[in-house]
Amino acid sequence: MNRNCLLCGVGGQGVVLASRLIAYAAMEQGDFVRTTETIGMAQRGGSVVSHVRAGEEVHSPLIPAGGADVILAFEPGEAVRCLPYLKEGGLVITNSRIVKPVTASLGGSSYNGDEMLDYLEKKAGRVIVVDGDEICRMAGSPKVLNTALLGAAAKSGALGISMDEMLEAVRKNVKEKYIALNEKAMKLGGEQV
Amino acid sequence: MTDTKILAMGNEAIALGAIRAGVRMAAGYPGTPSTEILETIAKHNDGGIHVEWSVNEKAAMEVGAGAAYAGARTLVTMKQVGLNVASDPLMSLAYMGIKGGMVIVSADDPGPISSQTEQDTRTFAQFSKLPVFDPSSPEEAYEMIGEAFEFSEKYATPVLFRPTTRVCHACASITLLPYVELPEPEGFIKDTMRWVIFPRTSYLNHIKIEKRNAELADTLSDYPRNFVLNTDRTDGEKSMDRAVRRGVAASGISYAYTREVLPSGVPLLKISTPYPFPEKLAEEYLRGLDEVLVLEELDPMVERELLRVAGRHHLPVKIFGKLTGHTRNAGENSTESIRADLEKFLCGDDCAEENGQAGKGQIENEKSGAQGSEAPELPVRPPVLCAGCPHRASFYAVKKAMKGKKAVFSGDIGCYTLGNAQPLDMVDTCLCMGAGVTIAQGLHVVEPDTVNFAFIGDSTFFASGITGVVNAVYNGNDIVLVVLDNSTTAMTGHQPHPGTGKTIMGDVAARISIRKILEGIGVERIYETDPLQLESAVEAVKQAAEGSGVRTVIFKSPCIAVSKPQTRYEVRQEQCRKCKVCIRELGCPAIVTDGDLVRIDSSLCYGCGVCSSVCPFDAIGRAEAEGGEM
Repeated sequence: MNRNCLLCGVGGQGVVLASRLIAYAAMEQGDFVRTTETIGMAQRGGSVVSHVRAGEEVHSPLIPAGGADVILAFEPGEAVRCLPYLKEGGLVITNSRIVKPVTASLGGSSYNGDEMLDYLEKKAGRVIVVDGDEICRMAGSPKVLNTALLGAAAKSGALGISMDEMLEAVRKNVKEKYIALNEKAMKLGGEQV
Repeated sequence: MTDTKILAMGNEAIALGAIRAGVRMAAGYPGTPSTEILETIAKHNDGGIHVEWSVNEKAAMEVGAGAAYAGARTLVTMKQVGLNVASDPLMSLAYMGIKGGMVIVSADDPGPISSQTEQDTRTFAQFSKLPVFDPSSPEEAYEMIGEAFEFSEKYATPVLFRPTTRVCHACASITLLPYVELPEPEGFIKDTMRWVIFPRTSYLNHIKIEKRNAELADTLSDYPRNFVLNTDRTDGEKSMDRAVRRGVAASGISYAYTREVLPSGVPLLKISTPYPFPEKLAEEYLRGLDEVLVLEELDPMVERELLRVAGRHHLPVKIFGKLTGHTRNAGENSTESIRADLEKFLCGDDCAEENGQAGKGQIENEKSGAQGSEAPELPVRPPVLCAGCPHRASFYAVKKAMKGKKAVFSGDIGCYTLGNAQPLDMVDTCLCMGAGVTIAQGLHVVEPDTVNFAFIGDSTFFASGITGVVNAVYNGNDIVLVVLDNSTTAMTGHQPHPGTGKTIMGDVAARISIRKILEGIGVERIYETDPLQLESAVEAVKQAAEGSGVRTVIFKSPCIAVSKPQTRYEVRQEQCRKCKVCIRELGCPAIVTDGDLVRIDSSLCYGCGVCSSVCPFDAIGRAEAEGGEM
């Protein structure tokens, strides 16, 4: 049985590390894992998409269109952008806060998150909205959005990775001094499901 | 130990595979998507490997050749356009050969995603008459790099190894293999006929190479990574139910995409060595087939070779691919594009007429996606210079200084190519590494009333900018050279270079001064300034713009990724008149509109302070309460 999880967001949000943690947890379960990223030229501010695939019959590192069981979005507009990847009836977990690009500020665009969330509700099988800002405030760091979303993903059951397995992935892959912080954020993320 | 599994990126896999195969020398120049190979070797170096960021790809190739002459296993890494820089030594080295195994990794970038060209290293291999290995996954690359070393040593020739972006930057579970035990390198043995290139030796070597490559084509037919899958066609539905017997051939990452969607029973030829082409294997495969679709990226290399084999052996088989319009001839493939290509190909006579049209509307279809017309408008996120990037300040200073004057701005390869974006709009030309310096000279010859600027980064200056400056001084050409010295090779992920005083191994090295190089060349007017000090920066540019000859401004300010953030700035709302000059002039991603207000996003601001110099109402200042950790 193949599992496909697509993570998306904006450069600098921690998308890539989150995908590595899912990959680690799936490997610990004994699966063959593939991941890859599509990242633009910019260091920050560009769209980042990370594909995680686990299972024996996985050849391509990229999830095919309509192949993702879960989309884990760090930004609601990016979730909408990646929606063609979602399986019929699949799950979208998204952070609620938008990141406005400089072009939107230059052009005076009225980009807003509510419109994106409404659209997701209409199109996806199931949507879980996570208040990432609130979790970051409660955890005490703006850098834990990724583990908060992973907590929600684990709790949702859609990845086949339990909260304990995800916490173990954090302990094995995150720098010692940040482990407690990330564990806290992950649990807070789980509480929003 | 024999069954240790790790998750490794393709580039890490190549590096670990090379270390396992006993590599003693690794040299390269950073370039996406190849950069992490050398960094991984440096990270896992137990001290027995000489690892270096060479000053450019030509230097890397020659340093590598020397080590291989002396019998050491040698790895040279670069991206595909880097192979152009290294092509002079490469073409000759192909005639001379080596002693220690020498593998040249040249990473291709179909798309292209972060390159100037969609050139194909496989074609370069054919041109230079060198064998080339084409892995289709990280786990294959891990094992294949060791085999490439063995081949290289056995045939005393350098070999090319060409992963593509989706192999280099994908991760996969990899089962680690035991290390290869090798004797110490023999050392260099003097032999004029072997190591000194002369027309006569080249003639003799040319004969040898042609003979060897013909033999290799046979040998490689037995190489287990060239193979046919689904040979048992009796269970095939699509291929056997039809009168027409169809097969598919694939190379590189396209093989992985094909495996995702190929119906069972359709024979699939996997080509891992596109040159020399495994002719026997291909001939056997083509016999008994009526039509073959070739799935590959970049050049129609496998397609041409199959056509050649079919023609040579008078096989009545049609070969479809890029040359026949059945697959796209530019850009990268995907599982979706290959699924569409295959559906059209395998559906048979029913849609034979459509076959000729296949592939044409594909890209458009994919771009529009499955979102439907009711999807809300999405924000575009084009690549921009980071908040706090000193290049923004440098470009702005030049723009301000040259306002109303006739000037052309030649750019170069690096993050600063992004200076072309609105609102800065400060890059009028960009071609290849180092070309800005020389193109500016040519432009000026034709239009002497223009001030011709050439922007070049510090790493690019060392790699290939110096020659252009010598050319200008020697020939009396007029340019304003602007060196954007941010103390790192930023674009590819912050590698050290000769101006940083550090090597890839973290050792302290001689710090080579760009200023002293320029002085040595004879550049007399050099203005060195901090671009973040806007007023003095503009003044320096104004002075440099006057007069003739080579005038230089060195803008020195470190990349935000290698420096600590300063106190952040904020908009004092009571003073802000909402004129948005800061947004319009600088396009900094940290300055955002929030309804009617203009704000500075504290999570992005790096404290460069340029916006405070631009604000006409003095409404931007340092944030007073600074809390929290970075």
